[in-house]
Amino acid sequence: MIEHAWLIPLLPVIAFGLVLLFGRKAPGNGAYVAIAAICASLAMSLAVAFQWFLGGASAAHNGLYSVTIQWMPVGSQMIDMGFSIDALSVVMLLVVTIVASLVQIYSIGYMHGDPRYPRYFAYHSLFAAAMLTLVIANNVVLMFMSWELVGLTSYLLIGFWFERPSAMRAAKKAFLVTRVGDVGFLAGIILIYLKTGSLNLFGDAGVFENLTRLDVIGPWGLPLTAIAGLLLFCGAVGKSAQFPLHVWLPDAMEGPTPVSALIHAATMVAAGVYLVARMYPVYLADSSGMALQVVAYVGAFTALFAATIGIAQNDIKRVLAYSTVSQLGYMIMSLGVFGYVAGMFHLFTHAFFKANLFLGSGSVIHGTGTQDIREMGGLKKKMPWTYWTFLISTLSLCGIPFVTAGGWSKEEILAVAWHTNRVVFVVGVLGAFTTAFYMFRLVYKTFYGEPRKHDIHAHESPRVMLVPLVILAFLAIFAGYVGTPWANVFERNLVPVLGHHYEQVLENKLAGMHHGFNLTVFLFATGSALLGIFMATIIWLKPVLRIEKLEPSFGWLAKLVENKYYIDEIYQATIIRGLMAAAWLAFAFDKWVIDYAIVNGVGYLTRLASDLWGWFDRTFVDGLVNIIGWITKTTGSALRYLQTGVAQHYIFLLVSALVVISLAVIAGHIREEAWIPIAGFYR
Amino acid sequence: MDPNCWILPLITFVPLVGALIVMFIPKSNYSAIKATSIGISLIPLALSVWVWFAYDRSGPQFPHGIQFGVDAPWIPSLGVSFAMGADGLSVPLIFLTALLTTLSLVYSLVINERPKEYFWMFLLLETGMMGVFVSLDFVLFFVFWEVSLVPMYFLIGIWGGPKREYAAIKFFLYTMVGSMAMLLAILAMYFNGGRTFNMIELAKAGLFVGPEYATVGALVFWGLFLGFAIKVPMFPFHTWLPDAHVEAPTAGSVILAGVLLKMGTYGFMRVLMPMLPEQFERYWWIIAVLSVVAIIYGAFVAMAQWDFKKLIAYSSVNHMGYVTLGCAVAGSGAMASQSSKILALNGAQMQVFSHGLLTGALFLLVGVIYERAHTRMLTDFGGLGARIPVYAGMLSFCSLGSLGLPGMTGFIAELSVLTGTYNASPLLTGLALIGVVVTAAFMLWTIQRVLLGPLNPRWEKMPDADTREVSSVAPLMALTLLFGVMPMLILTIFNGASQAIVGLMH
Repeated sequence: MIEHAWLIPLLPVIAFGLVLLFGRKAPGNGAYVAIAAICASLAMSLAVAFQWFLGGASAAHNGLYSVTIQWMPVGSQMIDMGFSIDALSVVMLLVVTIVASLVQIYSIGYMHGDPRYPRYFAYHSLFAAAMLTLVIANNVVLMFMSWELVGLTSYLLIGFWFERPSAMRAAKKAFLVTRVGDVGFLAGIILIYLKTGSLNLFGDAGVFENLTRLDVIGPWGLPLTAIAGLLLFCGAVGKSAQFPLHVWLPDAMEGPTPVSALIHAATMVAAGVYLVARMYPVYLADSSGMALQVVAYVGAFTALFAATIGIAQNDIKRVLAYSTVSQLGYMIMSLGVFGYVAGMFHLFTHAFFKANLFLGSGSVIHGTGTQDIREMGGLKKKMPWTYWTFLISTLSLCGIPFVTAGGWSKEEILAVAWHTNRVVFVVGVLGAFTTAFYMFRLVYKTFYGEPRKHDIHAHESPRVMLVPLVILAFLAIFAGYVGTPWANVFERNLVPVLGHHYEQVLENKLAGMHHGFNLTVFLFATGSALLGIFMATIIWLKPVLRIEKLEPSFGWLAKLVENKYYIDEIYQATIIRGLMAAAWLAFAFDKWVIDYAIVNGVGYLTRLASDLWGWFDRTFVDGLVNIIGWITKTTGSALRYLQTGVAQHYIFLLVSALVVISLAVIAGHIREEAWIPIAGFYR
Repeated sequence: MDPNCWILPLITFVPLVGALIVMFIPKSNYSAIKATSIGISLIPLALSVWVWFAYDRSGPQFPHGIQFGVDAPWIPSLGVSFAMGADGLSVPLIFLTALLTTLSLVYSLVINERPKEYFWMFLLLETGMMGVFVSLDFVLFFVFWEVSLVPMYFLIGIWGGPKREYAAIKFFLYTMVGSMAMLLAILAMYFNGGRTFNMIELAKAGLFVGPEYATVGALVFWGLFLGFAIKVPMFPFHTWLPDAHVEAPTAGSVILAGVLLKMGTYGFMRVLMPMLPEQFERYWWIIAVLSVVAIIYGAFVAMAQWDFKKLIAYSSVNHMGYVTLGCAVAGSGAMASQSSKILALNGAQMQVFSHGLLTGALFLLVGVIYERAHTRMLTDFGGLGARIPVYAGMLSFCSLGSLGLPGMTGFIAELSVLTGTYNASPLLTGLALIGVVVTAAFMLWTIQRVLLGPLNPRWEKMPDADTREVSSVAPLMALTLLFGVMPMLILTIFNGASQAIVGLMH
């Protein structure tokens, strides 16, 4: 099966083509085609996983199976690309196919009756294909290509209801903001290619084997490995919605909710984390350590920053969106503090519980018809399945220990941070507290109390939507048991992906770290989460603490947080305005200076010159010709009077001429010297 | 002489014969005129496909040799010969010319204003364009270069928009200025290169090498440069382009963007780089800087447009910037490694092809909507995505291809050019990357303004794209995707030519 892993992304591509072409004529209006394809991919991924982890394929292939084909010639060289299977890609395959198939099944119910129903499933298939290609690509350009394609499907699905201006703007924003990051990613690829001479990651001629060639000092005294790492990280910042490019993700909630669950929570936004993890040898090779420092602090800042915004949002999906930004920050932060395994582990567990939360919120939206938590309340009884699954995943997100998947992964991150970077650890703990606080605010406002708006007739969602919820809730509990501190199967399989050399480097960085259960970290992690839940309870469930009383003293802060720190407004005023001004300026320059002044100016001058020449021509050149003609004519008319035709006149003229000439000859002979003075005058 | 020497003259002159045939059809018989023209244009198309496959990708390249070569004396006393041939540079362009001509003619089935003149001029235009890409003698080259100008002048001037006369004259005169500079340069090469107009011999002669030729070499270089740069058009010689495009009939715009502009960059690669390598190496950075300016500036100016067609026209300035940038880097001498230069030139050639496909398709699509709405102002549209989904799909596809989405040709081109450039100058790459973002911005904004949002009630009854329109755009989309996913299929053609050219340039 491993040899045929390329079929895993191929099937959804075929489904995409079929659904797009045949639409409503395809089985289930196209939905069944798409779901059949993704389920087949899921089955194949499971087969690959079994073979890899349990069937000994990993050992047989020495931890990496990679196939390439020729793709592009450059002079006498050839750029190859292909796919590879290792523990990292198998984990990602599982995450993507599991969540994607559940979300697509859920969508049958959620998207029921939508006028563009087949198109929706076509886009989903395209997304799955691109995302699956991304995780098995063994070549950075292939990664970039599928990376952009998942961005495209994200764009198409955010703007799925494009008649809504807010949706179309959100789609455009998502594409452009991530593209800003992608430009950095692209520059990183170019740098890596030029220095290592390869775009392939693996093999003797591959990128990872030749990273030493990047270990030279570049601009700003940084080694090129750090520059390359930072450039690649730009891509991750865009895709994984890290500060300062996080602004697109909350707006992306304009898309259908299952899309938010799959693309904007579980898989695509995690691609940034995956990218950093996949390219981890580049970061480990960075002798200055600068790249990972930046990764760590950007992640940590984002984790806390986004969590605080989550407190003040009233749209159920926006709360979850900021939660996603924050959790992605957690993962990025973990990678930054050498928590390579922990970050990926959190990606793994987060995919399930966050997808579940989004699908749960979709169920709530489906049942109530509103997204505003101020209008909800008391849904616990009316939507019990939704409530319980939502609660389980909330607990998992809060990191309740032992019984939830999120508990294991969050603790692992904090344990690494405790060892390597205490500042990041503190931020992580604060983030954990804030997360529990805003999540329980959300749970209480949505499911507890009395319905606040009475014209809402909430009802439980159909079974096709509930089954995925239940499966995901199950995973939100049990997915974590692959990575307990006592038997960390996850770590054992994932670390060798780095290759022997970088495995060693990572071990050295984590030298002396306490492996296994760490009580201090446990107390901090659990304590902060429980405190957050407690605070939320005394404010929103049993209002001991009246939030209105705090308002006067913290009003400005509340306003700041509620308005997301005005980041969007700042961007609007500076970058967007700046770009538009530049565009208008450039156009005005083009129109008036280049075209009008120079090009038309030259044209005008040419015409002016030709007019002048024409005038000269008419006046002088032609005038001269005319003058000669006039003289000839005038002379002719004057002489005409001599031609009288009378014989006497002619004889008279003849005789007169004879006399004059004779006199002149005679005078010349006699008085020759008399002429001399006059001739001398002319001499 | 090559056993296949008949093929290139045939491809070149079949349209001319076709034009003559069309002249003899009664001018009221519209359907016969149209059917004959399209039928005849299929002949060079079929032959160009044959050339594509018959072409030996590892075979000789200009100037070391040529394929399908023909060389017969024409004006022996002046050293002028009828020399034609093809290599990796020209084979894709021959195909592109034939393809775009046929598709434009298919699209032009709706032309009912003096169709006879329209169709025979179009066929004459094809002869001119083909001739430029296959000629290996400067006199022949120049003749075809000028021949292609005339029908386009009339196409704009007669079938164009409201300001057609201004645009046509501007187009004609501007290009003529460049042609004259080019002609003088060609004559200088003729007198310094052993009294021959043969391009292979001139390229092999190694003209204007050494300090004693500094001045004359520079003059010849800039003369040729002006001729080609106006045609591309490079910043700051580009302002004829938006006017010509906006006024030209749809099919005219397609050919203008798809083929005529390519004559300029073809000149860079066929003439300027192999014949004047020393001068090119000295001045490469000027070309590179102008190219990067074109990339950024073109993108910004395009963003400020509200006329759909003008927007696409300015996006051409942006896209052609990549081509000239790739050329500049490929001729940058010691600034970049050999493989980077080849990569850049491969990218430039890919961009030529890609821009021909995508911008051709975009102009067709602008035409489609203009015929329905009789307006091109982006403010007038909105929400058409729900009303005309097939059109929306095609427009989105081509716009995304144009902004360099991976999986399509534009991405391969931009990636190659930027990677090659990075080796010569990271700064220029960084600046060009700004253009990448701005291009994405204005393309997406355009999609939004036309297709997304609430439907403008004016267009409630707008019909979707019909068979004629789909069949003229779909082949372009298919090729973009095919070569974008499997660049091997076409890059092995480019690669041979790039190796030969870069090999000549130290």
